[in-house]
Amino acid sequence: MNRFAELLDRLAYEPGRNNKLRLLTGYFREVGDPDRGYALAALTGALSFKHAKPALIRDLIAARTDPVLFGLSYDYVGDLSETVALMWPKAVLAAHNNPPPPTLTEVVTTLRTLGKTELPKQLERWLDELDETGRWALLKLVTGALRIGISARLAKTAAAALGDKDPHDVELIWPGLAPPYLDLFAWLEGRAEKPVNRDPAPFRPVMLAHAIEDSDFAALDPADYIAEWKWDGIRVQAVAGRDERGHVTARLYSRTGEDITGSFPDLVPTLRLPGAIDGELLILREGRVQSFNVLQQRLNRKVVSPKLIKEFPIHLRAYDLLGDDENDLRELPFAERRERLETFIGKLSDPRIDLSPTVAFASWEALTAARADPASAGAGEDADAVEGVMLKRRDAPYLPGRPKGQWWKWKRDPHIIDAVLMYAQRGHGKRSSFYSDYTFGVWTAGEGGDELVPVGKAYFGFTDEELLQIDRFVRRNTTEKFGPVRHVVHEGDKGLVLEVAFEGLQRSPRHKSGVAMRFPRISRLRWDKPPREADRLETLERMLKAEAVEIEA
Amino acid sequence: MIMMRPQDILLPVAAGLCCKPGGFHIDPVRPVERAVITHGHSDHARAGHGAVLATQETLDMMRLRYGENFAGSMQAINYGEEIRLGEVCVKFHPAGHVLGSAQIAVTCKDTCIVASGDYKDAPDPTCTPFELVPCDVFITEATFGLPVFRHGDASDEVKKLLASVALFPERAHLVGAYSLGKAQRVIALLRAAGYDAPIYLHGAMEKITEYYQSRGIDLGELRPVKGVKKAALAGTITLAPPSATSDLWTRRFPDPVTAFASGWMRVRARARQRGIELPLVISDHADWDGLTATIGATGAGEIWVTHGQEDALVHWCQSKGLKAQPLDLVGYGDEEESETPAIDEAEA
Repeated sequence: MNRFAELLDRLAYEPGRNNKLRLLTGYFREVGDPDRGYALAALTGALSFKHAKPALIRDLIAARTDPVLFGLSYDYVGDLSETVALMWPKAVLAAHNNPPPPTLTEVVTTLRTLGKTELPKQLERWLDELDETGRWALLKLVTGALRIGISARLAKTAAAALGDKDPHDVELIWPGLAPPYLDLFAWLEGRAEKPVNRDPAPFRPVMLAHAIEDSDFAALDPADYIAEWKWDGIRVQAVAGRDERGHVTARLYSRTGEDITGSFPDLVPTLRLPGAIDGELLILREGRVQSFNVLQQRLNRKVVSPKLIKEFPIHLRAYDLLGDDENDLRELPFAERRERLETFIGKLSDPRIDLSPTVAFASWEALTAARADPASAGAGEDADAVEGVMLKRRDAPYLPGRPKGQWWKWKRDPHIIDAVLMYAQRGHGKRSSFYSDYTFGVWTAGEGGDELVPVGKAYFGFTDEELLQIDRFVRRNTTEKFGPVRHVVHEGDKGLVLEVAFEGLQRSPRHKSGVAMRFPRISRLRWDKPPREADRLETLERMLKAEAVEIEA
Repeated sequence: MIMMRPQDILLPVAAGLCCKPGGFHIDPVRPVERAVITHGHSDHARAGHGAVLATQETLDMMRLRYGENFAGSMQAINYGEEIRLGEVCVKFHPAGHVLGSAQIAVTCKDTCIVASGDYKDAPDPTCTPFELVPCDVFITEATFGLPVFRHGDASDEVKKLLASVALFPERAHLVGAYSLGKAQRVIALLRAAGYDAPIYLHGAMEKITEYYQSRGIDLGELRPVKGVKKAALAGTITLAPPSATSDLWTRRFPDPVTAFASGWMRVRARARQRGIELPLVISDHADWDGLTATIGATGAGEIWVTHGQEDALVHWCQSKGLKAQPLDLVGYGDEEESETPAIDEAEA
């Protein structure tokens, strides 16, 4: 457990993806079975036991520390698990007879079977045996709050690296595996054959597109491509398959392979034919696609109530067919898969699933026009939910990852506003010496005349050279410092105007300005523009009205 | 005969802790006629006093920092040596904080007060170990005066650093450490762990580190980092003042791992606020267990608590039946605040 805790501790501070991978792979190499398997399970969210409530942890610490000292400490540290881990008194154990600290395996397997009444005593024993970091990790684990910035995908990628395997291969067999993954590690270390995925409805690694640049078109022949709308929803994979007894199992996966079936029970009955559909999850009301803001309200809900299902009816818009019954279609050219998809959707004949229409075009000029005005190019009333167009080579097989030259995405032009830089914060990792996180604002009428109100934060979009320029500007124009945050001069005639591009806007009671941007980034530095000429909040509010969506708090 | 009350011997005033019957101040923050100084950190040892009494090392460090004429006159005193000043006797005892650091025992008639300055009871190869001085009143610091501060074994933290250097041989490791005391201790710990490659130094720590070496403390091969090519710093360890590790100066290093050796690193939020990737819990101050054990062992019936988390320590003392009060002294704290700022190359 202490070694696992050390890993979590280090991961929690490490900002870089590659460095996280190195730490993880190093751990998998160094630590044996079954501990590393349970670690992989913990990191991928595959462990299941009843979590301990914070109140239980409070009771444990209250029984052995002074309440005033605990209060002062908690106040200072600001995190219950950490405070308890740090101030847990050293146990008075018989020196020659100390039990060794528990292994991760011991903790996980014990927690699985432990009764609720036995938990406090067991936790106490472990807390006595572990060191500070070990106690912290244990408490995070048992309270189910293991948030350390690691995705399941990253943990699997690190495991794959142990055997120089493609992470997609791990992803393919993953649904059939269970902690502590002895068969997986045996394969990765070359001691056994690749485990066979017996899952009737496995995830298939997703194919992604490159963003197209203007300069790319010259080399492309329109005749080689099929175009379709890029819908502003959630990319998913809907898979159905027959188990050994012939029953159909259906699952919905996110593009990273996360099983999200539980959040969309209303879609499951629709997936009654064995196959694997690549598509976009949308909300449809009276046949019309709703904006992403609406869809967002159905996401990340713990409880999916009948009311939610009724008010936010889910819909799958199909792009591609990867499997048809027992047949793997991924080697076939896209044009052929598309025909199979049309037949498949026709057989399903369900109002909750439809085909994403193709966009007819003979030249790039025609496609440019369609992209500029999807409503009159076939998207009709759903045009607002179109994010751009997708270009897919007719002969492209379905390849995992982002293969070059096969699929292109061509987004619609983003919204643009001119905002004023208000605060800057230092970045992480390679950027730790640069002020690279920017809070920007627009003008609004205040009590004492016009004032700037923050409307968003951006930390990318600029070039390295521009980063240097902004960094220098921030250092020379700081008016105040609050910890890592610098207050940068922002007055009518003094300050820096940033051209900010963003994808969408929604109402947000959490922000002072009442609006929140989606995917904001710095598109240009407007050294030429005095701050007073930057945009006003009213401009954003007008955009909001155009989107006409109310977001609940 | 009238009983002497402790506050008749030592009393906090604006300039610092004043000993009226002895005619001096301990670690004064403003220029005074006669100063008795516990150690060389700039929040305790300031320039401009009439006369200064301190250990030879403390005087030397003040000279390095402020120049030859940092005071009107200087007098060196050894550990264990006793001097009469006015109506009181002053005796210096090792504090184990940094090289030359001392606790000052002030005795007047039958009452002994120990002003411990900053101290630690953990082992440190770069200075004389802390000595327990029985007394009636013990003045303790409270920098880490909360039970969450438990520093653990510093050599384990250094192992963490070496493990990271082994895991990321293509990256530079940049260790923020206070330039007086902490830096040399980290180097000594690295040597003790068997690390014998050259260790690189930020310009601001060269002088003081050379001074440590001149006092016979073996720190192995040290090199100035200035002028070294970026690629050549892959896989190396460089020590720098904490303020430099988040500054433009770091751009000369290949993908640096930023470490910080400090007792504050025990608390995650503190490490994260500073953008530290590798926190090393190495402190030159006593941790909670050290503070409470020392307070108990001095046998003092009255405890004065200064700079840091006074509330918790005063509460603890009172819960143990000891008379305790916070001592309102201003101007002491993190040495870091007074660290020389890093040279801002890109703007210079």
